[in-house]
Amino acid sequence: MSAPAPSVFSELAQQYIHRLGLVPGIPNLDAYSRTLIDLAGKDPRIVVVTSDSRGSGKLTPFGETFPDRHIEVGIAEQNLVGIAAGLAAVGKKPFATSPSSFLRARAVEQIKNDVCYSDVPVVLVGISAGVSYGALGSTHHSLHDIALLRAISNITIIVPADNVETEKAVRAAAQAEHPVFLRFGKAPMYTLHSENVDFEPGRATRIRDGNDIAFIATGEVVVHCLLAAAYLEEYGVKARVVSMHTIKPLDIDEILDAGKSCRAVITVEEHSVHGGLGEAVAAVLLQAGICVPFYIVGIPDEETVTGSQADIFRHYGLTMESLAEKALLLLGESVGILPHRVGSK
Amino acid sequence: MTRMSDLELELKSVRYRRAILKYIKRANAGHTGGSLSCVDILNVLYNRILRVSPETFYSPHRDRYIHSKGHSVEALYVVLADRGFFPESELETLCKYRSPFIGHPTRKVPGIEMNTGALGHGLSISVGMAIGGKMDKASYRVFTLLGDGELAEGSNWEAAMAAAHYKLDNLMAIVDKNRLQITGPTSVVMNIDPLADKFNAFGWTVREVDGHSITDLNRVLSMPPKPGVPTVVIAHTVKGKGLSFMEGDPKWHHGVPNDEQYQQAMQELEQQEREILAKMAFLEKPLETQCNHQE
Repeated sequence: MSAPAPSVFSELAQQYIHRLGLVPGIPNLDAYSRTLIDLAGKDPRIVVVTSDSRGSGKLTPFGETFPDRHIEVGIAEQNLVGIAAGLAAVGKKPFATSPSSFLRARAVEQIKNDVCYSDVPVVLVGISAGVSYGALGSTHHSLHDIALLRAISNITIIVPADNVETEKAVRAAAQAEHPVFLRFGKAPMYTLHSENVDFEPGRATRIRDGNDIAFIATGEVVVHCLLAAAYLEEYGVKARVVSMHTIKPLDIDEILDAGKSCRAVITVEEHSVHGGLGEAVAAVLLQAGICVPFYIVGIPDEETVTGSQADIFRHYGLTMESLAEKALLLLGESVGILPHRVGSK
Repeated sequence: MTRMSDLELELKSVRYRRAILKYIKRANAGHTGGSLSCVDILNVLYNRILRVSPETFYSPHRDRYIHSKGHSVEALYVVLADRGFFPESELETLCKYRSPFIGHPTRKVPGIEMNTGALGHGLSISVGMAIGGKMDKASYRVFTLLGDGELAEGSNWEAAMAAAHYKLDNLMAIVDKNRLQITGPTSVVMNIDPLADKFNAFGWTVREVDGHSITDLNRVLSMPPKPGVPTVVIAHTVKGKGLSFMEGDPKWHHGVPNDEQYQQAMQELEQQEREILAKMAFLEKPLETQCNHQE
C-alpha cells in the first residue's frame, strides 16, 4: 500500500476549513451525474453522448437507468460533438461528455460551427478539466479550454466551485435554449454554499465580503481563496471572495464593484494565465478606467509540471498560504506577518 | 415516373444552371463548378425524394437535408427558391453586405437545416439526426450531400463507422464525385478511391449512379434502404457540368465567368433548353403522330 497522496490543504489550511465549518462534499463530476439522472427522469429530451468516457464521466449509472438515452460514439470527439449537434437539431437535449482536454481541442471546429454557429442547445461537458489528470502530462491537461471557448460566440461557460453550484448549473443548462459548456474536475469539493443560494448563470456569487482585496476566482480553486481570506482576516486584512462561476457572460457589475471597493484584485483559476478569467477581468477593469493593483494567479505559460492536482496547485501557488502572501504583496504589506512564513524560515 | 416528368426536371436543371450562373456573375463570387456538378442531384432530391416543403419545414416529421459540401450553396439556394422557400429575387443580395445568402449555408435562409461550410461536418450531424429519429421511432429520413474532396476529412469516417454501428437505415449520404478539388484532380491531391470499397468495408450499402441523369438519379435515390444499413449513393458527376468550357477544369472551382464567357454559357444553356422543349413537344403529340414522324 502506498501512502495516500498529500492533500492540497496543509495542516494549517485544514484548521481554517474546520473554523469555517466547511463540509466535505463529493467530486463535482459525481454531482453532475446525480443531477442529470434526476433531471432525465422528468425530461425525456435529455440524452448523454460519450466518447468512451462514461466511466470517467461517472455516467455508468445514467446508462444503466436510461440505456436507450446513452449514445456511445467511441474515441471520436469530432463525431461526438457533430452527433450531439444533430440530436439537438431534432429536439433532443444532449449532454456531450468527454475529457475537457480532448473535447474542447480535438472538436473545437465542431463546437464553433455545428453547435455555436448553428445555435443548437447542446450542453458540452468537459470532465477532468484543468490539471485533474495532473500526472498524465500535458496531453491530458486542459488549461486552455476557457481561452478557446471564450473566443467563440454564442456559448455560456460555467465552471462550478462546489456541488451546489454544479447542481444548479446542470439544471440551468438543461433548460438553456443555446449552447452551454460545463467544466468539472474530479476532486471532492468542500461545500461553499447553502442549498438555497441564489444561482443564476452570468451572476457571480459573493461568498465573503471585504474591502481590502478581492479574490475573483472560478472552479475548484475558489475554496483556497476562501481559506486565504479567513487566514488574512486574522492579520487585519479583509478579503472579498467572488465565485465567478460563469466566465461567459461575465458578471461585469461584480468585477467593477470589486475594482472600485477594494484596494487590489487577484484572479485565481486552474487555467493558463493566458486567455482565461484573469485577462477577462483585467479587460473589464481597464476599459472602465479602474487601475488597481492586479495579479493573475493561474498556470504560467510553460510546460506544466506533472504530479497530482495537489502537487501542481502547490507548485504554482494555488494554495491558501500562497494566495494570502500574494494578497499582502499586492497590498504593499509584509508577508512576514503570516505565521506559516515564520515556520519556513 | 414518366419520360415526360423526367424531361420536366431536365428542363428545371437547365434553368437552375442558368440561375446559378446569373447570381454568381452578379455577386462576382461563388463556387461555380461544384454547384453545377451537384444541381441535378438537388433537383431530384427536392422535387422527387425529400418530404419537405415550405409548409412542412417546421414539422418534426419532415425529411432532413444537410448540405455538407457547403461551398456549393448557390445550387441549393436556386433549388430552394424554385421550391418556394423564399422568392428567387432575394438571391439578388447573394454575398452582399448583411445578406443571409452568404457563400455557405446558414439557418437564416428558410429551408436550410444547419450551418455548414467547413468540410467533414455534415455526416456527423446527419448521424445525430438519424439517431434522434430512431430514438423517437420517427418516420423522417436524413439525407446529406458530401464532396469527394471533402472525404479526406477524417471526421467523415468516424461518422461512417457510427452510422453502421447504429444501423441507421434512415440515413442516406450522397457523394458528388466530380473528381476535382481546388488544387486539381482528387486522385492526385489525395486519392479517395476505391470509394465504394471503403464504404462497403464500413458496413454501408453502396449504390452508384450517373449524377447527371435525372432518370437514373430518380431510380437510385428512390430505392428502399436495406433494413438496418445506411446507404451511400456515389454520384458520378462532372465539375462544371453543362458548360463546354467549364467541364472538368479545376479553375472553375470558384471561378466567375467574364462577360464573354457568361454570354457563351447563356447561349449553351438556351440551346439545351430548346432541345428539351423540342423533346417535350414531341412527346405531347398523339402516339400515331410520333410514329409517323419517325417514319
